[in-house]
Amino acid sequence: MKQRLMMSGNEAIALGAYEAGVAVGAGYPGTPSTEILESLTGYQGVYTEWSVNEKTALEVGLGTALAGARSLVTMKHVGLNVAADPLFTSVYTGVKGGLVVVNADDPDMHSSQNEQDNRHYARAAKLPMLEPADSEEARRFTSLAFDISERFDTPVILRSTTRISHSRSPVSPSGERRPRADTPRFERNLKKYVMIPAHARARHRAVEERLLALAEYAETFTENRIEPGRGGFGIITSGVAYEYVREVFPDAPILKLGLVWPLPGKLIVRFAAEHETLYVVEELDPFLETEIKAMGIKARGKDFLPRTGEFSPGLLRRAFQAEGKTDASAEGLRSSLRLPPRPPTLCPGCPHRTVFKILGRLGVTVSGDIGCYTLGVLPPFQAMDTCVEMGGSVGLAQGIEIAEGIDGAGETEGAGRTAAVIGDSTFAHSGLTGLVNAAYNGRRILIIVLDNSTTAMTGMQPNPFSGERIDGKPAPAVDYRTLAAAVGLADGDVAIVDAYKPKEVEEAIERFLSARRLSLLVVKGPCIIWKRKRERTTDKRG
Amino acid sequence: MQSTGQEKIWNILMAGVGGQGIILASDVLAAAALAAGFDAKKSEIHGMSQRGGSVTSHVRFGRTVHSPVIEEGCADVLLSLELMETLRWLPFTHAGTGLIVSTEKILPANVAEYPAGIEEEIRTLAPRARFLDPAALAEKIGDKKYVNVALCGVLADILELPETAWRRAIDAHVPGGTADANWRAFCIGRDLSSSCPGPGVSSR
Ligand code: SF4
Repeated sequence: MKQRLMMSGNEAIALGAYEAGVAVGAGYPGTPSTEILESLTGYQGVYTEWSVNEKTALEVGLGTALAGARSLVTMKHVGLNVAADPLFTSVYTGVKGGLVVVNADDPDMHSSQNEQDNRHYARAAKLPMLEPADSEEARRFTSLAFDISERFDTPVILRSTTRISHSRSPVSPSGERRPRADTPRFERNLKKYVMIPAHARARHRAVEERLLALAEYAETFTENRIEPGRGGFGIITSGVAYEYVREVFPDAPILKLGLVWPLPGKLIVRFAAEHETLYVVEELDPFLETEIKAMGIKARGKDFLPRTGEFSPGLLRRAFQAEGKTDASAEGLRSSLRLPPRPPTLCPGCPHRTVFKILGRLGVTVSGDIGCYTLGVLPPFQAMDTCVEMGGSVGLAQGIEIAEGIDGAGETEGAGRTAAVIGDSTFAHSGLTGLVNAAYNGRRILIIVLDNSTTAMTGMQPNPFSGERIDGKPAPAVDYRTLAAAVGLADGDVAIVDAYKPKEVEEAIERFLSARRLSLLVVKGPCIIWKRKRERTTDKRG
Repeated sequence: MQSTGQEKIWNILMAGVGGQGIILASDVLAAAALAAGFDAKKSEIHGMSQRGGSVTSHVRFGRTVHSPVIEEGCADVLLSLELMETLRWLPFTHAGTGLIVSTEKILPANVAEYPAGIEEEIRTLAPRARFLDPAALAEKIGDKKYVNVALCGVLADILELPETAWRRAIDAHVPGGTADANWRAFCIGRDLSSSCPGPGVSSR
């Protein structure tokens, strides 16, 4: 019997990439995608890095691919927004070595600020997208994605969702690693790699032709499969929704799509013709459904299935019961006692607590950002007024300051008391550009960087401010004072204080807010979970 | 009980609070099921839930498992590591579900007083629930750290997975150097359960 291992979807993707002979892995941490790169770092002969953000990660991956080696780039769904710029044009340049972008969506927003359905990116950017339904498929599809990438000279997206990334199921490793073709070497190809309009026009035509070829390939692609059955209706589905459908309808005929873009039109038409009623079961947007209806096929889906949140077998059973297609779902026990909710909170002793206590008391407008410290919005602090996207705090604060200052040049009571609060990793990701913008345009906000020595939210990854790389090797840490000076801040407008000295933190915040100049306050205090983890590993090593 | 065709699928829901070791306990269970030759799936949510929030882990095993999550009303066993969390996840259970409940009480953040009447409510709704005192269990084991694996031992009596499968799973998942201590904790949990009446799983 083949060896079987319990693996998360994320671990399986890393294994699949390793087996496919991946040379480079790059990404930015983001739940639920983070463990892919961490896992890949454990394999011999693969270079991995936490890039400063997703855009840079994709550029590193594309460079690798153009030089002829295989690369894997990982990110969560909103990360692909950041990387969208290189993504769209990488479809024009094509690749030489395979380039696979792993995109992890988060239906139900277990750890995200929105619930966008990134299948739309595949259609918009015109590249193929694969979607596995369990860990073994995650391994196999990753490997297949590299083959498709090289065969069709295109980047490929592998779409995961939280349930795929973080569920564990058996995986059978191939036990082999694809050998590298030859030594990677970048070869000049101006018409393909330099996207000036004259070159890009030709490339766009190539992209459209490639998409037709891919659609033809999709018709016979073995991971698009019809599972025959009985029951008077057919279901088209993909990803984890397939597993839920199978749970509720063990015998129903199903067209399971492994390649969700481009779609196999002829296969779909053939399947639809065999069934009186056709259902499309997909989480989030009616992506497949809209395309299928556009083929002139009658289909049902989002008229009775939700567009928000995750699916589950229970949810599908209830929905299809109302359709008269299945029996009632099981009744669970219920208590009428009202329980207090148990939301996540900042850990006891967390270094971020001090700042939020103070900001809450001062009544400052706080534009917040993405990280553990977003929990500063919850009681007892409630010291955050906005949180939109990575790095957004710095830019948003500037807009608030401008608007509030338009009439009285910011001299009205309370106006101008605007602070941006951002973590070290998020600041490196995309807060830096906001800082440059503020200095350039003469803003007077206070930027507070909560430096806890790590990227805590996603499980303790190093970053450009923490002086370490993904494999634990030392790296130069960005120096706040030099950075601020380079941007144009005066010495007196920068301070670095200890998170565990509340008096000093408070004094600095008060001083900067009343000075009404662009200022940078770095509040330093290591994440206590990170510190404990670190002490444990040093104990073991020592 | 839930079956796909003729084959029984076991549904075990573990519930508790971030930091209680649920992920490890469910990893051990899923690996034991796999080592015993079953198909197995397990699902839980990382991220925000780890900072003191509610945590659940779904483990399912049998001949062929599709969904990684359990359907409401279909859990064969609910193993709860925290008293109040038992009620939160009760909709996953039915009258025949085996309930194993640790009486540990952990206050949610910003809640001054632990709600009253929880244990009575569980006893009323699930008369066959078994309550375990985590302090007493920890004392028996000699270390609080291994209580989660001891609770796997309590499960062992119900699930009838071979002992070798459990041992292999524990060896593979617990931190280096603690395999023997964890195995002892597991055995203490297992012996606890065979000396007591079973938690009443309706069907095997
Ligand atoms: S993980 Fe670290 S940074 Fe995050 S809340 Fe806990 S102590 Fe604070």
